Amino acid sequence: MNKVVANAVEAVKDIADGSTLMVGGFGLCGIPENSIAALVKKNVKNLTCISNNAGVDDFGLGLLLQQKQIKKMISSYVGENAEFERQLLSGELEVELIPQGTLATRCMAAGYGMPAIFTPAGVGTEVAIGKEVRNFNGKDYLMEYAFDADFAIIKAWKGDKHGNLIYRSTSRNFNPLMAMGGKITIAEVEELVEPGELDPDQIHTPGIYVHRIFQGKDYEKRIEQRTVRAKG
Amino acid sequence: MLDKNGIAKRIAKELKDGYYVNLGIGIPTLVANYIPHGVSVTLQSENGLLGMGPFPFEGEEDPDLINAGKQTITTLPGSSIFDSALSFGMIRAGKVDLTILGAMEVSENGDIANWKIPGKMVKGMGGAMDLVASAKNIIVAMQHVNKAGESKLLPACTLPLTGTNCVKKIVTELGVFDVLPEGGFKLLERAPGVSVEHIKNSTAGKLIIEGEIPEMAI
Repeated sequence: MNKVVANAVEAVKDIADGSTLMVGGFGLCGIPENSIAALVKKNVKNLTCISNNAGVDDFGLGLLLQQKQIKKMISSYVGENAEFERQLLSGELEVELIPQGTLATRCMAAGYGMPAIFTPAGVGTEVAIGKEVRNFNGKDYLMEYAFDADFAIIKAWKGDKHGNLIYRSTSRNFNPLMAMGGKITIAEVEELVEPGELDPDQIHTPGIYVHRIFQGKDYEKRIEQRTVRAKG
Repeated sequence: MLDKNGIAKRIAKELKDGYYVNLGIGIPTLVANYIPHGVSVTLQSENGLLGMGPFPFEGEEDPDLINAGKQTITTLPGSSIFDSALSFGMIRAGKVDLTILGAMEVSENGDIANWKIPGKMVKGMGGAMDLVASAKNIIVAMQHVNKAGESKLLPACTLPLTGTNCVKKIVTELGVFDVLPEGGFKLLERAPGVSVEHIKNSTAGKLIIEGEIPEMAI
């Protein structure tokens, strides 16, 4: 079994205009930098992107926003992107803001083969408008559907040719959930290894969920908020 | 009257040994600086970390290790890392003992608004709706009045809600308030140098004052 593709351009070559994509990462941490760059180059349009954030103006999904490649964003927090806010207020961009836990769990539900979840997040708020409310044990819950995404593009630390993945530190975030949730999952990794080199007990995403994998390159790993303390 | 650090310091007195705590962005983050001696708490960061440590030393920043505010941080001995669904799973299941967050408005029945100003601010709710819907105990840290001088403790919120009937306690620069289950802000303590009269004049919602109100000790 070999799921390896040569590079990002090869990995995203059949992502067509109008596709729905899950895009991994939290802020700029753990984003699939190579795949995003390839989508920019391909200039595919009218994308619906499910991603916790929308990048910053000149990095992450902000690069796709700059070229007006995104029709709709489904996110929980978009505070770091001025171009995003401009497109939203001018009506060029459609945006659905949903609670972060709901976003994560709707990805997970897709990967678990469950059509919907029940969550209390958003009960009694405008998030609940038009949604079914069910009461369990005296508490109200919203029914939220599993996402239906054509592709998931995600980033892991290490992966093998079978598509087994391991993430590093908090760059894990949404990546394993989206890896499970996409109809076709494209994983880029910092280190691509032979089957057998990863300890089966340490695998976060089993390869069955991953369709294409490639060795990424030139990771910038930009830091959004560099906070430090003085030595001594 | 308290400054932001004073509010954080007073809230820190609510922490109990063994608590798992989620701190929101802003004043709540400062609470980590005032954890009382002898009290050990574990900080949860909803992007997928239990056991959040301090900022890294200069030159030791790791872009793969951030908190929910996207700041570079460190882990501690005993930290654990997990995905976003598990992170909100533990929140939803009520495993997190205390959530401390900021607010733009709180109503006298415990509703909170802190994510949207229609037509002005469209940043999103992040994890706030999940947190307030499930937390066992929610303390709000905020300024008592907004920049226009209007009370943020209201009969009913005017901004879009983040959650309903959920806030248990509020600490502002003026005092400490319990939000009663039957409705109303019960004044528990005054900030140093602040009169009950001042608090009355700054609170639009139903204020409950019983007996002498002590000045807080911080």
